[in-house]
Amino acid sequence: MQKKIIKLSIILLIIFIIGVFFIGLNKNSIYDTKNLVGQKITKIKLEHFSDNRIITEEDLRKNNFTLINFWASWCGPCRVEHPILLKLNEEKNLELLGVNFKDKKNNALEFLKDLGDPYDDLARDELGKHSINFGIYGIPESILINKDLVIIKKFIGPISKNDYNYIKNIIRQ
Amino acid sequence: MKTKVIIFFIILNFNVVNAITFSVDSNKILKNLRCLICQGQSVADSNSEFAQTIKIVVRDQINDGKSEKEIYDFLIEKYGEWIVYKPPLNKVNFLLWLLPYLVFITGGVIIFLRFKKRNNR
Repeated sequence: MQKKIIKLSIILLIIFIIGVFFIGLNKNSIYDTKNLVGQKITKIKLEHFSDNRIITEEDLRKNNFTLINFWASWCGPCRVEHPILLKLNEEKNLELLGVNFKDKKNNALEFLKDLGDPYDDLARDELGKHSINFGIYGIPESILINKDLVIIKKFIGPISKNDYNYIKNIIRQ
Repeated sequence: MKTKVIIFFIILNFNVVNAITFSVDSNKILKNLRCLICQGQSVADSNSEFAQTIKIVVRDQINDGKSEKEIYDFLIEKYGEWIVYKPPLNKVNFLLWLLPYLVFITGGVIIFLRFKKRNNR
């Protein structure tokens, strides 16, 4: 009887271990913050780039849709997405809020002078602290939110043409 | 005079203990946070941009009087449970937490029964 119990326990343990490995290895191990989609952004306090004021939730509630784009002049991929941001700026239903991330003010201004300024509003996050509130872990990253400040989509990396079409479809619906 | 000296040393000791506790807490939290853009490094060990920012945020939150749990909750809300090496107990991972204890207790019971059986012989 005792032998049978031990045998059964060993078999169950082996099944359990195989099960854990099966589930663990089939799981996507690439990290992303897609779980933020559907969440509401709160406690927004972003220092305006040039004016002496703070951009808060109230400012974003005025827009039907807002694309919050985190960028820096030292970031190569930010240059790649810049023409798409300029195109997105033509959309009437969408406001673009740029957050200049850990950058020098002069370099940021030069960047915008050279490539064009797509932003309706521009904020500054000198130490990167405020970007943590948006779940940012690298730039460029962009977050599309609606009037209720609910995250519709997060774009990790430069915005592609497909992303552009996706945003256009969402805001024109 | 003697009493004053004792009181002085008690206060000094209290301050030193407080200072140690603060530094240990900050380090403990950073060591339990995963650097999301590095391979197998904690925030404490990494010098990446992300880790530097998290270090500032954690220290700011400690200075604001936030507890260890509040800091973890904030970061888990923003980055998911993946950011902590030691995830909090919940319905998804309760088995992972309970299993070592179950194995320990079962092992103890088996050893106890074997000893008892041997003694009976």
